[in-house]
Amino acid sequence: MIAYILRRLGATFIVMAVVALFVFSLLFLTPGDPAAVIAGDIATDDDIKNIRAKLGLDEPFLVQFGGWVWRLLHGDLGTSIFTNLPVTTLIGQRVQPTVSLTLCTLIVAVLIAVPLGVIAAARAGTWVDRFVMGFSVLGFSVPVFVLAYVLIIVFSVQLEWLPVQGYRPLKEGMWPWLSHLILPSIALGTVYMALIARITRAAMLDVLSQDYIRTANAKGLAPRAVLTRHALKNAGVPIITVIGIGIALLISGAIVTETVFAIPGIGRLTVDAILRRDYPIIQGVILLFSGVYVLINLLVDLSYRLFDPRIRY
Amino acid sequence: MKLASASPRALALALALTASCASAQQNVLKFIPSADLRILDPIATTAYITQNHGYLVYDTLFATDAKFQVQPQMVEKWELSPDKLTYTFTLRDRLKFHDGQPVRSADCIASLERWAKRDPLGQKLAEATESWSAVNDKTFRLKLKKPFPLTLDALGKLASNVPFIMPERIAKTDAFQNITDATGSGPFKFVKEEWVPGNKVVYVKNTDYVPRKDAPSWAAGGKVVKVDRVEWIYIPDSATAAAALNAGEVDWWEQLPPDLIPMLRKNKDVRVETRDPLGSIGIMRFNFLQPPFNNQKMREALLYVVNQHDYVLAIAGDEKNGRPCYSFFTCGTPLSSEVGAEPLKGKRDFDRAKKLIQESGYKGEKIVILSATDLPIVHSQSLITADLLRKLGLNAELQAGDWGTLTTRRTSKEPVEKGGWSIFHSYAVGPQLISPASSPIRASGENAWFGWPTDKKLEELREAWFNASNPAAAKKAADAVQLQAFKFVPYIPTAQFIIPTAYRSNLSGVIVAPMIFLWNVEKK
Amino acid sequence: MTTAVLTAPKSASPTWQWFRDAFRRHPTAIVGGMVLAAMVLIALLAPWLGTVDPQALSPIQRLKPPSSEHWFGTDMLGRDVYSRVIYGSRISLTVGIAVAAFSIAVGLAIGLVTGFIRWLDAIVMRVMDGLMSIPSVLLAIALMALTKASVGNVILAITIAEVPRVVRLVRSLVLSLREQPYVEAAIAAGTNLPLILLRHILPNTLAPLLVQGTYICASAMIIEAILSFIGAGTPPNVPSWGNIMAEARSLFQIAGYLIFFPGLFLSLTVLAVNLLGDGMRDALDPRLARRM
Repeated sequence: MIAYILRRLGATFIVMAVVALFVFSLLFLTPGDPAAVIAGDIATDDDIKNIRAKLGLDEPFLVQFGGWVWRLLHGDLGTSIFTNLPVTTLIGQRVQPTVSLTLCTLIVAVLIAVPLGVIAAARAGTWVDRFVMGFSVLGFSVPVFVLAYVLIIVFSVQLEWLPVQGYRPLKEGMWPWLSHLILPSIALGTVYMALIARITRAAMLDVLSQDYIRTANAKGLAPRAVLTRHALKNAGVPIITVIGIGIALLISGAIVTETVFAIPGIGRLTVDAILRRDYPIIQGVILLFSGVYVLINLLVDLSYRLFDPRIRY
Repeated sequence: MKLASASPRALALALALTASCASAQQNVLKFIPSADLRILDPIATTAYITQNHGYLVYDTLFATDAKFQVQPQMVEKWELSPDKLTYTFTLRDRLKFHDGQPVRSADCIASLERWAKRDPLGQKLAEATESWSAVNDKTFRLKLKKPFPLTLDALGKLASNVPFIMPERIAKTDAFQNITDATGSGPFKFVKEEWVPGNKVVYVKNTDYVPRKDAPSWAAGGKVVKVDRVEWIYIPDSATAAAALNAGEVDWWEQLPPDLIPMLRKNKDVRVETRDPLGSIGIMRFNFLQPPFNNQKMREALLYVVNQHDYVLAIAGDEKNGRPCYSFFTCGTPLSSEVGAEPLKGKRDFDRAKKLIQESGYKGEKIVILSATDLPIVHSQSLITADLLRKLGLNAELQAGDWGTLTTRRTSKEPVEKGGWSIFHSYAVGPQLISPASSPIRASGENAWFGWPTDKKLEELREAWFNASNPAAAKKAADAVQLQAFKFVPYIPTAQFIIPTAYRSNLSGVIVAPMIFLWNVEKK
Repeated sequence: MTTAVLTAPKSASPTWQWFRDAFRRHPTAIVGGMVLAAMVLIALLAPWLGTVDPQALSPIQRLKPPSSEHWFGTDMLGRDVYSRVIYGSRISLTVGIAVAAFSIAVGLAIGLVTGFIRWLDAIVMRVMDGLMSIPSVLLAIALMALTKASVGNVILAITIAEVPRVVRLVRSLVLSLREQPYVEAAIAAGTNLPLILLRHILPNTLAPLLVQGTYICASAMIIEAILSFIGAGTPPNVPSWGNIMAEARSLFQIAGYLIFFPGLFLSLTVLAVNLLGDGMRDALDPRLARRM
């Protein structure tokens, strides 16, 4: 077990190193002189020279990369080109909304999608199944921003049930916080739910055809007990895997959702940084998102044993 | 979604928190600015958003009122010597910076000297200036080499760059380097800790500010702050912004696309007003350092095909909110005329334009049009121009980012292959173009606005206007400037249009002006 | 792709025969295929479908609701939305199909080679793992930030984001295939590597890759729309479905048709491609398909 965790950590480390190398290279793949980009609006040639020297841009690539990684390990992601503020500060200002949004979406999506998938599998071939499958294909086919606008029109503008935009920190109260997250979570969560419901259904169908389920049924166990206690538990590995992999969808979706709902999270920061070619922020955000993604999937891998005791590390 | 009801304890906690928030309820004005505040230095950039920020944080010696009259603001009294060469200014009592220090003559002089290095009108004033000197802490003197009739107009300049007064320690910063400390003596204080670039800027009332006694009129008069706190919430998506205003989540939206006016008018809790009766002017600007628009014939060719009606419709939605303006000076102001405007005003003539392009020796060089998709006024002009160039058979490429990117890219003097540009669009508020003083008509090369045109004749004619001694002579000189401008084509005016602003009807005392002044506003 | 599948001659290989039977059992896939075929036809025949120049401006005609003259209305610059949507199918389908084709081709090449060369495998797979840990939309927009907006660059950026997943799939297929007796026999007989890859491995990866290709195609079209929405996609004057929607988004409350029609076309096409992919997948996995 411990050996396995160590091996996995090692692999994770390598993955992050590759991401870091890629992210660092971004600035060097940029057309033009990065120093000139950073110097910006009203730079003189001397300014640009100073910046080159300060950033060590005249050094060989590997030396620069080393320096960058060194600073990275000390928690220094560099300074934003446009605002001159440290990237860590900018990201720090915006962590809470994004974490709230994605967590809220994650919980709700799992709570809805897994039962849907189970029901669809249990009633395979009926209208319930068709409905769930239809929803899941449709969920993949509607761009998140179109869905977001429809939600705003219906629930905020017409019905006036929920706020249109913005974010309230939790310290301002549970309802202000939650009410600002409901619509974004639905918009963001639809694709994710579609994915989870599909995989859950497929995994359940697979398990339900196994002999031990037939045995359980034959010995007269209540169908519900068979479904949850036996089948769902055994279908757990693919489901939890897709929940982990689907985090990528959440991250991608958050970028769009935060833009539409004007939520001051990391997604909005990303869009702004992309539009302004603010590379230090882009680098920082990619590193952060990838790190979170890799970490979550590491945890997912480690959790397999909970579902399937046969798995030995 | 029923997380709240799932846990009674959480709910109780939530209620307690809401209650504690309510008791500390402040009067907060929530305002959607037209752009994201990125640069804090109103001298180093001409960006309107930074200028508006400046008006909150800083104060000015003089200020322009709604009748375009210059009125004293920080200045208690001033006098001009009979030879018109010496101005003496005395500051009002109890003027204090946000750090508690009093405003002294030295602060004013340092601020004005820094401003005069960047602002076009300021540069003119600097040319005429012999020296600035402090008489004592509250009185200072300006000595001129030659009379400069526009001195007070310069010191009370309404639009970018505004001669804001900063503490001397900050004003000593190189004029080409951005200041990052927003300490001023204005009616609001900037809260740097709460500044989230790309999202939020926070100002609080400066309780030490001593407003003038007279009624407010644009930048002039008493700046009485009637809210505790102002929050600028940047919402780049105008659909979201409109919905937020409709729902009452924000109080005031600085600048909205005219297409949304009818929708907002339906809401009886929202008021839509025109920000500026003079309107703003759309601008098509060329790069004079790179082919093909370093060639006068190419610019002239476009003059014959730009159809202002198209630009008006694209920017303003319908002709109710805009009109063509065939003048380099804001239509509806004294200097505007249609002298020499025939190429822009007459029948649109594609054959003539194509002939001019041929004569210019255009060889299919790539033309890069910069655009900003987050500013509809800029983006719609760019799309029309791109279509125009396509119709002329020119090799044009539209490169779009956001306005921040455009303002960075337009500083490049390189060829288009190396990240340069050929055309960008912008707009200027009406007051900025009422005279040749601070208009992008200036053709002084490196010193001129982005695009860097050089034309000696135009500069000589501008000089003549500065030296004109009476209104009639000034008018004549301005006509001569315009005549030459229609030949040289420093830029092409594309439309005159009004920019609507919208606010909730529980606001009163809103000062409707070409720029945003957030004092005098009351929120019920 | 679809048309090729549907019109394959009767004497085709058993694989095709199998596909045809499978399709008979999957009506939704048939519908998906037909919708997709219709979209491809629309894209090819765009100039002859009563369209006008999709870029022609006419500000005087701006924001006209749908009418007999302008079937889908006009946008804020008076461009004909019907023409833009019809021509837009070219951009969106090109992006979808090109990304699918390129990422399959590149992924296949990398996957085949690394599946057989152990030392290369270790390096390449670490790089792929790294790229895969960056969410694909994020990776694509980061790449778009490096270059200027163009359809080619959008295709390239999304392809780079999709390749690692294809490589993973191909590699897993190769690894299981090389344990097959006939492959082991070929290796033992000293057949050279390119020949083994070409004759024994490649044909067996095609069917799953075709399924994967449809999903990539669908996701590429959605990513294109997202990139355009964020402002990091195709140039704003190019009428892709994403761009039409992105440009009109401030007007979605007063001119909803500007979002509705391109949105409908995009969703229909993506839906069709997804249904087709589902049908093919079920056909390939008869154990699951039996229960449908």
